[in-house]
Amino acid sequence: MERLAASARSDRYGRRINREQSPWRALSVPYLSIALASAIPFVFLADVMPIAPPLGYLMLLGWRIMRPGLLPLWAGAPLGAFDDLFSGQPFGSAILLWSMTMIVLELIEARFPWRGFWQDWFTAGLAALTYIAVAMVVSGGQITRPMVLAALPQVVLSILLYPFLSQAVAGLDRFRLSRARRVG
Amino acid sequence: MAPPSSRRTGFSKKAQNSVFTGYLLASIGGLVGVGLLALSLWQPQALAPLRGSAQDVVTPIGEGTAVVRSGSGGFFDGIAAYWNAAQQNSELREEVEIARIRLEEAKSVAAENERLKSLLALAEGEIDPVATTRLVGSSATSSRRFAYLAVVRVDDVKVGMPVRSPRGVVGRILEVARASSRVLLLTDSESVLPVRRAEDNTVAFAEGRGDGFLRIRLINLGLNPLEVGDLFVTSGAGGYYRPGVAVAVLTELTPDGGLARLVAEPSATDFVSVEPIYQPIAVGSAQVPVEVRIDETESTGGGN
Repeated sequence: MERLAASARSDRYGRRINREQSPWRALSVPYLSIALASAIPFVFLADVMPIAPPLGYLMLLGWRIMRPGLLPLWAGAPLGAFDDLFSGQPFGSAILLWSMTMIVLELIEARFPWRGFWQDWFTAGLAALTYIAVAMVVSGGQITRPMVLAALPQVVLSILLYPFLSQAVAGLDRFRLSRARRVG
Repeated sequence: MAPPSSRRTGFSKKAQNSVFTGYLLASIGGLVGVGLLALSLWQPQALAPLRGSAQDVVTPIGEGTAVVRSGSGGFFDGIAAYWNAAQQNSELREEVEIARIRLEEAKSVAAENERLKSLLALAEGEIDPVATTRLVGSSATSSRRFAYLAVVRVDDVKVGMPVRSPRGVVGRILEVARASSRVLLLTDSESVLPVRRAEDNTVAFAEGRGDGFLRIRLINLGLNPLEVGDLFVTSGAGGYYRPGVAVAVLTELTPDGGLARLVAEPSATDFVSVEPIYQPIAVGSAQVPVEVRIDETESTGGGN
């Protein structure tokens, strides 16, 4: 029998013989990564203006856009509740906004099944811009001109961060689906 | 990436139902969010315990990053200090000479103050801080400006207590959890602090603008007596902050006051201390409605 090339025995998810995917890993990685991204900005000390982009929200957008159908439609509510614990926004704002995002993206996707990186970036950028603006409205403080101007760097940073986050999501997705369990 | 074709429902009743359930659950989630948002805007303290326990879990991590932050800040300052070192050295020496003279003058003023106070029988001791700790985190993504404190002896920390660094006022305690507490920074757009000019008694309010500057609003309108470079200190009005702690330096003039920059930037401070409320009775009686006589409530109104 002819021997197969060594590279043919594996693909990008690892070796194919007597290995299989771990269901725990496949199901938990998106949620854990979004929750971690929600908690990371907590440790930055922003005393002057909002400096950190809403990482948790951007991570949710990344997973939602890169892997449609992986997160259930209602996932915005529990993940948003977790984000609200750390964001400093009044509790409930992310529950509302993340749920709305999931519904709106689903509706858009049903009408325009987009493909391609540039459309994804446009969608994510628009969503991030809207999110920061609406989050400011529901933050409980009075909106002033300087406050809006102070949010601009955050908006720009959020939009520019999407390509890197989509790379990170792709990497996490490979990790999620890699064949980690040994069978037999 | 286009949606996989398996997500089209087609004629499958089951698939149609699951899509419908998804939309239903997501809408319910959104409605719950609206309800909770309305509740927390109406009663900001209502969900504080939930947030507090989450903060308690994260603050130990924040303490680690706070140590790194203060360490790395010192590192970069160290490098920056080498620029123009010789010129800086001579300038600083001159400054120290002048500062020594001023210090001696201040000592005599302090002695005279002491004498005058003893004439008036006013006793004023040193204020012991309730707790000394680090700022471990902040609401870096939100447009509100909150910071988080890791407090070990949390029993003594009460809502409303002022937080200060060695340089000046940082903010005041907004929520207290088991091992951490939330601080409203001066730069938050909802923060108002009664101040006065250090050199005379021009009283004003310092309001946060949400972009790092404080808006100094004079109480007595008319000719604006302020000048760029004026230092503002707490006036003690309201009873929360003790008078005479540095707050901000004026950088720009406006018709009704000016814009000021913080003296104690929280991100540049290493340790902060939580001080007791300056006059708890004044704070308590400020919460009593105008129609009620204060002496009726004095026995109960001394809280926070």
